[in-house]
Amino acid sequence: MTNHAHLRKDSDVLLRVEDLVVEFKVPGNKVVNAVSSVSFDVKEGETLAVVGESGCGKTTLGKALLQIQKPKSGTVRFEGNELTSLSKSDLRSARTSIQMIFQDPISSLDPRMTVRQIVEEPLWIWSKGDENERVEKVKSLLNNVGLDPELVLDRKSYEFSGGQCQRISIARSLALEPKMLICDEPVSALDVSIQAQILNLLNDMKDRYGLTLIFISHDLSVVKAISTRIMVMYLGKVCEIGTTESIYSKPAHHYTAALISSVPVPDPTHKSERTPITGEPPSPVDPPSGCRFRTRCPAATELCATEEPMLREVSDGQFVACHYPRA
Amino acid sequence: MSSILKLENLKVRFSTHRGQLEAVRGVDLDIQAGTSIGIVGESGSGKTVMSRAAMGLLTGSNVTREGRITFDGKVLSDMSREDVRNEFGTGMAMIFQDPMTALNPVRRIGSQLQESLRIRLGMSRKEARARSIELLTLVRIPEPKQMLRKFPSQLSGGMRQRIMIAIAISCNPKLLFADEPTTALDVTVQAQILELLTDLRQRLNMTMVLVTHDLGVVAGNTDYVAVMYAGEIVEQAPTTELFANMKMPYTEALFKSIPNIQMKAGSRLPVIEGRLPDPTDRPPGCGFAARCSYAQDKCFTDHPELEVAKDGHLYRCWFPLGDSIQRKVS
Repeated sequence: MTNHAHLRKDSDVLLRVEDLVVEFKVPGNKVVNAVSSVSFDVKEGETLAVVGESGCGKTTLGKALLQIQKPKSGTVRFEGNELTSLSKSDLRSARTSIQMIFQDPISSLDPRMTVRQIVEEPLWIWSKGDENERVEKVKSLLNNVGLDPELVLDRKSYEFSGGQCQRISIARSLALEPKMLICDEPVSALDVSIQAQILNLLNDMKDRYGLTLIFISHDLSVVKAISTRIMVMYLGKVCEIGTTESIYSKPAHHYTAALISSVPVPDPTHKSERTPITGEPPSPVDPPSGCRFRTRCPAATELCATEEPMLREVSDGQFVACHYPRA
Repeated sequence: MSSILKLENLKVRFSTHRGQLEAVRGVDLDIQAGTSIGIVGESGSGKTVMSRAAMGLLTGSNVTREGRITFDGKVLSDMSREDVRNEFGTGMAMIFQDPMTALNPVRRIGSQLQESLRIRLGMSRKEARARSIELLTLVRIPEPKQMLRKFPSQLSGGMRQRIMIAIAISCNPKLLFADEPTTALDVTVQAQILELLTDLRQRLNMTMVLVTHDLGVVAGNTDYVAVMYAGEIVEQAPTTELFANMKMPYTEALFKSIPNIQMKAGSRLPVIEGRLPDPTDRPPGCGFAARCSYAQDKCFTDHPELEVAKDGHLYRCWFPLGDSIQRKVS
């Protein structure tokens, strides 16, 4: 059975992922189903947000796109190249057009390298320009991410705050002028006031460099400002995918609704109409039969335990994998 | 209502290689028994240092603490370390930010839970075991008996934070400090933990101090809010009053920068430009002046004092919002 109703015409998309499966072996001859047959596509210039709780496979998915984590099966087609079957050296050059920024800005930078070395490294590895050109490039990158090159070039990462480190990471990821940027929870380690700065910066960089973004987050309030489409994942499966507007205005999956209502509202007079979601996701070693969300779902019936729901269109461009979608 | 914790002119200084760092600069705070108060501020605003100093947890040789701390009628700031220690657990308790590292990784959950029950309350092994099962049920952990045998590494972040809460409330403290209890957690788990804390507070009649950088978290879970900036309280009011009537430009800026689920998709988020002033070299005027979009000349030279408006609304600003004074926007 295929689960491809939501995929768009092949010629329109920059990245197309089909039936991607990533598994990890764990002691006791068991297998963790981190990503179970996930399909999606991203058009050029879009920002796709991948949203879900810890353990839903969103980070693994991001790594599997870049083949940092080898998928067990499935295809990842980027600009017509099938990344899963590329040779080592071809993969290396393909990766220059997909870059990644990581969750913890401080530990993802080498503390012994200066900012100049960190941002220059990708250019140096690919022998882009001579030394002077490279330094000019580094300076302009640092300028673009809102850092003063004269002040930061010769300092090391531990001298900077989390927000500044994230700016340095962004500068590094843009050094090779990639087409796509995968951002893995880039703001979840930052204060709310700094979060807004980094989100705005990512939007600016997207316009300036013509980027396509995949933005991974557990917090639906953060992705609203930045995404054009949202994909909600639960235990390695896609629950819902649609435009940002449709997901927020009429979430069709009960899990999406629960995620939205979990966001704290900065208004003490606000009465929460919280859709009850209790407990935590079950173990991905032994996921529930049928719909994986059924153990926590308020609308679950016997059908949900026996038959796995497939993604189907509920409104224009909004797809949901649920037997009983919210009206 | 009576006062449970009273801080008078609390100052905390650290000696560093760059000189004296004044992390908390004269905080006055009076917390009434049975209420819950939120302490809000950015990283580096002094909120964590203030709560740890208030509990008497900062004792290093490079730390200087000044001011008077009165807890439950006793002057904590004059007490010996041993006497302060005797207040932990039964008097006051703390939940720390990072549930991953706050638990001992090589001891079972049961032994960590029973430690304070045995020491503080002098329970026997059997009593402590029975009580810890009760506590785990109270923090809504499924299968509490099995949980006693587990190690922290076998649990998720949300579960570990529930364990931390169970340990903190085990000896029925009067005052509970929760320092960023949900920052490391997912939003769904955050909602559950906040709900649990609010429920426990009412059920056990505890006073709660909720320290966080997120104004969204304090909105639904506190009676009062104190906003901290650069080591000082810059605004303080009952929660509903504060959100309805912000006086301090900093509070407003902090509020506006929260990614709001009700905003338009793709809209630009308002930000607070710049960063906190260097704590070893504080500017003479208002600490926020350099980042404030309403700042005038006076703000850079004169340090504002805490003013009292109606309804006990305190603010530290020369030109508070909502005032009739004409402001030039710089």
